[in-house]
Amino acid sequence: MLSGQLVGSLFSMAGRVCVSRGSARSGAIGPVEAAIRRKLEQALNPEVLELRNESGGHAVPPGSETHFRVALVSSRFEGLSPLQRHRLVHAALSDELAGPVHALAIQARTPAQWRENPQLDTSPPCLGGSKKTRGTP
Amino acid sequence: MSGSLGRTAAALLCWGHSARGGLRGPGVRAASSGGSGSSEHLDMLVKKDRVVVFLKGTPEQPQCGFSNTVVQILPLHSIRDYAVYNVLDDPQLRQGIKAYSNWPTIPQVYLNSEFVGGCDILLQMHQNGDLVEELKKLGIRSTLLDEKKDQDSK
Repeated sequence: MLSGQLVGSLFSMAGRVCVSRGSARSGAIGPVEAAIRRKLEQALNPEVLELRNESGGHAVPPGSETHFRVALVSSRFEGLSPLQRHRLVHAALSDELAGPVHALAIQARTPAQWRENPQLDTSPPCLGGSKKTRGTP
Repeated sequence: MSGSLGRTAAALLCWGHSARGGLRGPGVRAASSGGSGSSEHLDMLVKKDRVVVFLKGTPEQPQCGFSNTVVQILPLHSIRDYAVYNVLDDPQLRQGIKAYSNWPTIPQVYLNSEFVGGCDILLQMHQNGDLVEELKKLGIRSTLLDEKKDQDSK
């Protein structure tokens, strides 16, 4: 069963604390990641925003900003189906998705859902993409 | 859409393909050239089969981890014969399906001509039981139900 998850410990019950953690791999946050973070904060006012640039795990050049994973906890998701929630995120990031971003894994929860299960999903390993031969750098 | 309740167990193995006759596994359909990304063509594709998946790669050789997740989930629900379109083979299809679904990424899953979502949503539905329920509406009895029944009766 595919259910790889990390235990997240970001949610604070004391009040509305916007916990925002980004890709801590290589240090610098690229312009695309910064734009994604800014737009999601503006559009969804999230209590939790976990954004990771996962491009390093895919068949793209180093320093790419093409593959992201985002976990969002926002009351704006209340009453929305998963499809509607994802579309809300897509709408906020339409420029990025029409441009450099090839993949966006989304975890969209309401505050109540996050309290029940404060765990972050993980992405499956890359299988090469459009490069026909696996392992091509 | 109704009328699927009378399907037999045998039909579950190859439902939706009586017109093609004898298709055993997920057949990668060759999207026709010329207008393969047009909404008319895609409309036809998503309506032709009960389960339609747009992938990067094939079920035998997925070229993307997220597409692989989708092809791993479907057989868990006894869905082995479904329509698959490899967008890596057809740039027009790849662009067209994103516009048609108003969804920016691949994989994309259609159930009964309705867009369901991508990998994240299918995985969520698989984990929370919603996929079993949706398949029931299509007259497909997920094998996970039988496994649960076995466990409950032990």
